[in-house]
Amino acid sequence: MTRNEIKDIVIEIIEDIDEDAEMDSLDSEKPLRDQLDLDSMDFLDIVMELRKRYKLQIPEADYPQLATLTSCVNYLEPKLQDV
Amino acid sequence: MQNLTENKRIVITGVGLVSPNAGNLVEFREKLLAGISEIGTVDLRYFGKAPAGTCSFDETKYRKKRENKRGTRAGCIGVYCANEALQDASIDFSEYDLDRTGVYIGLTEHGTVETENEVYNISQYDYNTEYWTHHHNPRTVLNNPAGEITMNLGITGPHYAVGAACAAGNAALIQGVQMLRLEEIDLALCGGISECTGSFGIFASFKAQGALAEHEDPKRASRPFDRDRNGIVISEGGCVYTLERLDKALQRGAKIYGEIVGYAINSDARDFVLPYGPRQAECMRLALKRAELAPEEISLINTHATGTKQGDEEECRAILEVFGNNPSTYINNTKSLIGHAMGAAGVLELAGNLPSFEDGLVHPTINLDNLDPKCSLTNIVSGAPKQLDNIQTILNNSFGMVGINSVVIVKKF
Repeated sequence: MTRNEIKDIVIEIIEDIDEDAEMDSLDSEKPLRDQLDLDSMDFLDIVMELRKRYKLQIPEADYPQLATLTSCVNYLEPKLQDV
Repeated sequence: MQNLTENKRIVITGVGLVSPNAGNLVEFREKLLAGISEIGTVDLRYFGKAPAGTCSFDETKYRKKRENKRGTRAGCIGVYCANEALQDASIDFSEYDLDRTGVYIGLTEHGTVETENEVYNISQYDYNTEYWTHHHNPRTVLNNPAGEITMNLGITGPHYAVGAACAAGNAALIQGVQMLRLEEIDLALCGGISECTGSFGIFASFKAQGALAEHEDPKRASRPFDRDRNGIVISEGGCVYTLERLDKALQRGAKIYGEIVGYAINSDARDFVLPYGPRQAECMRLALKRAELAPEEISLINTHATGTKQGDEEECRAILEVFGNNPSTYINNTKSLIGHAMGAAGVLELAGNLPSFEDGLVHPTINLDNLDPKCSLTNIVSGAPKQLDNIQTILNNSFGMVGINSVVIVKKF
């Protein structure tokens, strides 16, 4: 999976959680939670969806690495390279 | 209760509801008077098809789709009903404080639907509990529907569920009355909700008891008092009332649907599922005593009868014992039109009859083709509405499993 494909997947998951989320104006370098109406339960929804789709186990210690869209892609890229 | 001061007299000033045939009281009343049932068929995983009442209403009128997705069906119904009740009562919280408002929601059960869905979900992942949702606990705590209402409306007063099987709606109404009289709160949002049409287990359990209705036409499956009745039609639904003290309601010029003048709850203390007429009769007598009303002063009895063989017989025996077929008391049944909305049943059925105080009509019982001789009360209104000179009082019965009986008496104001 390419970086762009991973980015699209993360955006798709967020839009599925909140269809009103304004993804067009999102700054990829800034924390998602500062820009979107996401709370900790929504964040766990993202983690669960990645687990369901790709059998990806993300340890709690790694959650901070999913803070921004870019850091999500950085973190997921090696894990999803064979998908 | 006639000697109570105005600040101890409790009145109904708003109604918000969702029924299998309506999304507000006006539409509900019209359908009940016209004898229109919109019972359909559900097809549930593992179980298959059964007649059932499901509700369609504007689910995103008062909260976003994402909130409905995060919460429960019961929460979604509750938020809609609570907002509708407040609007109906013209309450915008300028006269009442959010921290002096109590939310009491009656539930037959809660969490069954969510748990079944989640077990099915992990069955897709070899029952690995790592795929079990983090939403499970907040969705299944018993205060969930009431809590979702407080979150939506910013109400910071008390909220909790009243668990009382199918007497739960009435029990929550009684809770509201008591809390207002105790001056714990100034405004009560109370009623009942059921989301049970989403649970295969509830259908399967009634079927296993031989108590689930069957009929080739689902609209004709719910037939209380009929000789050929064969069980319950399960429905979802909700109804929330605003209750206020009379003095405050008068002061703000509120529309008053009626005054809750009597109530009672008691227990059979004998069987897990079978109802017991003698205790139901005691419950009705206690409510009448508290209301300081004689049986013949009740204009309308809205029965609990669900369409089971024994249940309907027991209630008819109890009514006969207390009211003795007196000519001034009429009897109807709302479940014949909307099915059994479980925790919402008592309050939903009462709501459908409150407009009787204005129009003098008793809505008909439908599907009563051949009156069972064991249910032969003389004044059952069947087939068409009955116009009376004056409807002054409604007695609402609501009974439930594990032997709980509840009665609420509302008087025209």
